[in-house]
Amino acid sequence: MSQQFSQAVLERSDFAVIARWIKPKTKVLDLGCGDGALLGYLRDTLQVSGYGIENDDANVLACIKNGINVVQMNLEDGLSGFEAQSFDVVILSQTLQAVYQTERIVQEMLRVGKEVIVTFPNFAYWKHRLHILGGNMPVSDDLPHQWYNTPNVHMCTIHDFDEFCASHGIRISERLVMTNGNKISWLPNLLGSLAMYRFEPR
Amino acid sequence: MPAAWLTLACIIATMSEASSVGVVTPQTAHFSEPLALKSGAVLPAYDLVYETYGTLNAARSNAILVCHALSGTHHVAGKYSEDDKYPGWWDNIVGRGRPLDTDKFFIIGVNNLGGCHGSTGPASIDPATNQPWGSRFPVVTVEDWVAAQARLADKLGIQTFAAVMGGSLGGMQALQWTLSFPDRVRHALVIAAAPNLTAQNIAFNEVARQAIITDPEFHGGDFYAQNAIPRRGLRLARMLGHITYLSDDAMGEKFGRKLKHDTVKYSFDVEFEMESYLRYQGDKFAGEFDANTYLRMTRALDYYDPAAPYGGDLSAALKTAKAQFLVVSFTSDWRFSPARSREIVKALLENERTVSYAELTAAHGHDAFLMPDPQYHAIVNAYMQRVARETV
Repeated sequence: MSQQFSQAVLERSDFAVIARWIKPKTKVLDLGCGDGALLGYLRDTLQVSGYGIENDDANVLACIKNGINVVQMNLEDGLSGFEAQSFDVVILSQTLQAVYQTERIVQEMLRVGKEVIVTFPNFAYWKHRLHILGGNMPVSDDLPHQWYNTPNVHMCTIHDFDEFCASHGIRISERLVMTNGNKISWLPNLLGSLAMYRFEPR
Repeated sequence: MPAAWLTLACIIATMSEASSVGVVTPQTAHFSEPLALKSGAVLPAYDLVYETYGTLNAARSNAILVCHALSGTHHVAGKYSEDDKYPGWWDNIVGRGRPLDTDKFFIIGVNNLGGCHGSTGPASIDPATNQPWGSRFPVVTVEDWVAAQARLADKLGIQTFAAVMGGSLGGMQALQWTLSFPDRVRHALVIAAAPNLTAQNIAFNEVARQAIITDPEFHGGDFYAQNAIPRRGLRLARMLGHITYLSDDAMGEKFGRKLKHDTVKYSFDVEFEMESYLRYQGDKFAGEFDANTYLRMTRALDYYDPAAPYGGDLSAALKTAKAQFLVVSFTSDWRFSPARSREIVKALLENERTVSYAELTAAHGHDAFLMPDPQYHAIVNAYMQRVARETV
């Protein structure tokens, strides 16, 4: 099983970074956990006590097959079942853009988690800009869907998200931008395809 | 029909039969050591009737206890004879290649104390008086059932269950196992259950009990000596129960406003299919179930509330549980709604227990836990494979 989750981390460059940001043996909640690959990796490498939230039947089944603790619920309903500050870390990994009630979810994460990690595909990545200049919605490795079948409803850029954090009183403790697994420091909003944020605890 | 087709049909029939447990025989265990009940009453001796499917392994580590709900029995799976019309109440989940795989697990179904299918209950003879217990049979609780089930496990040489599972009231027993005997249950599957009953649920139970108690044939619970059966009361209780176990949508789909006859008769006879179904279910039940048992089963539901000694703090109550949990609910179940299952999940999460929760989209209401929904069975199957992997 370990091998299976190590494989997943190679395919998702944000997983390794998230793992670096998490202390061993902490209690972690992964919102929109998919088949549980990240939680499996964190459990095997850091012995975290991990729980995933997932709404999709096939993903819930995959989590149970993979031995991942999963709670089937719709993120849009909020996290009312969870006490304030009941998790060491709450993760929203490449799910932000698919959430309708973005403000509510982020506030809920800050309520439930002592620490919050958010990652999302940067809509302003140069390749995406080229698509738009060419007159089409972007389709790429990070945004594999067509406009008509994408689950993404709230795409944003790194600039947008920085402004969102500022206007909502969210203090960013660390921001990392990556493309193909490499860190991007120069012109991140243009050259970075994936944005990763750590919020300061409240 | 060409011979080849006939052969193929036979093979398919045999294959589907191969996954059932086939013909089964119940067994009875006698317990002569008195059982102190939660109410303070003591049951001096008692019988438990049970069935088993599959084989207990050498390490005695592959046993699964299936707890029954209000009207269930020890007859979980299989048939009593080849031409038995109906199999056990949860047959679709037990057998070779089914979620409770008899090639991997040793599965036990037991009729609870106070029942009316062979275990000691109100209709049994009290050796002290040589009369049926009747009204004097004590009120039993979920905790009492679990204690009695544990004694059966002792007798069968099972120290630890690989899993204890059940739906509805059976799910409450699975939950209670993790609290009464935290070291004797590795996994609990708590399906379509709740940490206690809501006021509305208690209200339904009370109407059902009143239907029975006010039936002139009930004789205060001592109807056996009068050669009477409070059929009317039992029938009403069951009809009411049935309404609450189904969803509005499921009833609408199955019966809608369909008429029994071509035209209405402007009478109070059966006019609608729905009425016909309810009357049939009520009559069937009144002919085979014991009124005193029904009172006690509903009371056990009412009383169950593991959080009560902790001021209603379920999280504090579940602190003693060590088992891993699978909690399952069904969206259309309004009697044991998903919100109630989420309370159990929340309390387990707060205790950092290993828990997964599946909220299944299902149209059948509370009864969905008995239906072979593909996603539901896939979830239980995946979970049980995990249990099996740990069991060897």
